[in-house]
Amino acid sequence: MRSLILVLSAFAVVGLGFWAYRENYRTQGELAEVRRLQAEIGEMREALSVLNAEWAYLNRPDRLRELADINFERLGLLPFGPRQFGTVASVSYPAVALPPITEPVDTIALNGAPSGTNP
Amino acid sequence: MIRTPLRPLARILSARSRGENPDVIERENIRIRHEAMRDSARARAEGRLLMLGAAFLVAFAAVGFEMGVLASTDPVEPAAATGGASIVAQRADIIDREGRILATNLVTHSLYAQPQMMVDPEGSAGKLAAIFPDLNAERLKKDFTGTRKFIWLKKKISPEQMQLVHEIGDPGLLFGPREMRLYPNGAIAAHILGGASFGREGVSSAEVVGTAGVEKTFDGWLRDPANGGAPLQLSLDLTIQSTVEDVLYGGMKLMNAKGAAAVLMDAWSGEIVAMASLPDFDPNTRPAALTKGDPSDSPLFNRAVQGVYELGSTFKIFAIGQALDLGLVSPDTMVDTKGPMVWGKFRIRDFHNYGPQLSVTDVIVKSSNIGTAHVAQMIGGTRQQDFLGRLGLFDATPVELVEAPGAKPLRPAKWPEITTMTVSYGHGVAASPLHLAAAYATMVNGGTRVAPTLLRRPNAAPGQRVIGEQTSAIIRGMLRQVVQHGTATFGDVPGYEVGGKTGTADKPKPNGGGYFKDKVVATFAAAFPMSDPKYILVVSLDEPVETSGTEPRRTAGWTAVPVGAEIIRRAAPLLGLRPQLEPVAQAEVIRVRN
Repeated sequence: MRSLILVLSAFAVVGLGFWAYRENYRTQGELAEVRRLQAEIGEMREALSVLNAEWAYLNRPDRLRELADINFERLGLLPFGPRQFGTVASVSYPAVALPPITEPVDTIALNGAPSGTNP
Repeated sequence: MIRTPLRPLARILSARSRGENPDVIERENIRIRHEAMRDSARARAEGRLLMLGAAFLVAFAAVGFEMGVLASTDPVEPAAATGGASIVAQRADIIDREGRILATNLVTHSLYAQPQMMVDPEGSAGKLAAIFPDLNAERLKKDFTGTRKFIWLKKKISPEQMQLVHEIGDPGLLFGPREMRLYPNGAIAAHILGGASFGREGVSSAEVVGTAGVEKTFDGWLRDPANGGAPLQLSLDLTIQSTVEDVLYGGMKLMNAKGAAAVLMDAWSGEIVAMASLPDFDPNTRPAALTKGDPSDSPLFNRAVQGVYELGSTFKIFAIGQALDLGLVSPDTMVDTKGPMVWGKFRIRDFHNYGPQLSVTDVIVKSSNIGTAHVAQMIGGTRQQDFLGRLGLFDATPVELVEAPGAKPLRPAKWPEITTMTVSYGHGVAASPLHLAAAYATMVNGGTRVAPTLLRRPNAAPGQRVIGEQTSAIIRGMLRQVVQHGTATFGDVPGYEVGGKTGTADKPKPNGGGYFKDKVVATFAAAFPMSDPKYILVVSLDEPVETSGTEPRRTAGWTAVPVGAEIIRRAAPLLGLRPQLEPVAQAEVIRVRN
């Protein structure tokens, strides 16, 4: 009995050692992956900040104004002025498409009083 | 172990035969045995103590070693932490109220040389001078062949220049990574942003420190890693700032002015939406400050904040407003305007003769110095000083610019009655356009004090009350009339109910001794829309001359007002203000007798 426990615990120690060894290497692998990803995130963040800076540089008001002037013939852009405000009521909506008439009914529209009662 | 018997038979028998006591032998043996036991126990205890000591030594040595390792290694981020680094640059961005970038960072390189590592110092010197025209080949040759071991060549180089230097192929030419502050919009809002430069420099990195403007005011905040790279949001609007600068530049050229300033401010919260000062500069290549002469000649000078001038008739509304608030006059009270008004050896004149009397409203509408002086006499010097102080016209503005505390308004040391009279129409007290904008905001917004700010302040609480709401409403009406049929008729922008007051002040001669006859500072302080003022605009032109007529015209009504009106016409739609039909004064029943 005693020797059985001894042998079993020896096996357990070997097994645990093997498991710990594998976990150790797997953790190191994951950490290396995390480091690589974080470096990639950092590079992308840096690239994003460069792109943001470029976006801001290309959209600077002076350049946009110049471009609007150069392309005035095609685009006809003018500075935003007070006359450009409209009302919702002045927007023309597309005409409502009516369903086809299938059963025509004769109707007479009477405008005003019926004839014959005029004074 | 052989155990020694306590009563060995041989010795007992021989002792008995000699007639001795055998117990002595036994006691002797017991003693010897006890001594042996004691010795072995002591040896064991000593061994244990030694082991314990060794264990403690190892433990403490391990702790000490680990502490030493921790102290001597560079700190690293925990690699397993989630999220990753969100701080890209050592200095945070600056954005406008809509989130558009005003200042950001770019990664670039610096160039330095280590001559002892150079293969061909003389050839490299010539090639470098060809790439960078501002470097001198002779000077470089001398440096590279001399005793120096380390030479900074350029602080910032472009990727193209870096490639060209790579192509020289000299191992003694080295690059260091650098972060560069970039202002993508160029000169727009240059005076507010200020600029940045390198602080302490090393080979592998360099500090970026703010040199002026908000960059310097918020230097600590922008560099604080605790903010996690959050950008600094200003109250400026890039589009409106650009429009204001554009129109102001055109106006400055058209009016032949030396300089110009404009402040566009929220009338309630004091948020500065646009603030321009011309001539301006590019903060990417900030010019050096003037070492001699008048600092206001430098483009670095922020006229809107630092330009402390006498602002002329724009001050009249403060005297009239105070008199109305104190109940000394009503808008219809008739005031003596017979000129010239003589006070001691001083004579106060009007631009035109306005007849013997004007109502208080007409004193403002026609801008009568004499009428305002009479009203100021009713108020008295003490109350006037107290009122101007409460409007913030005696202290530096609290705006978040490093230049602001230095721009303290100029006020006379003594305040005799003649000062009360001249200050009432804007002579004797000098303030900046920003001071004027804040004071006008207080006058028209219902009477609460406004502190100008460059930061977003969406839910600002109203400030301390300076004048009553009724008085503020009367003042709004008066200022509207100035534009409708007074000195600022060019300022009317259909749909936006502009109201304002003009001011034309002669410039003082630099070394004292009176005023120039032909140099003025023309100012237009306006608010719109006047029925519920949302924004304050102050336009100030330095030495404008309008030459379309037969004789040069310098008054603000001809110079600053048209520029201000154009700014409002262009900026108001961008501010989201829809042009409104002006509310017509309610029809009143007039008693008629027939």
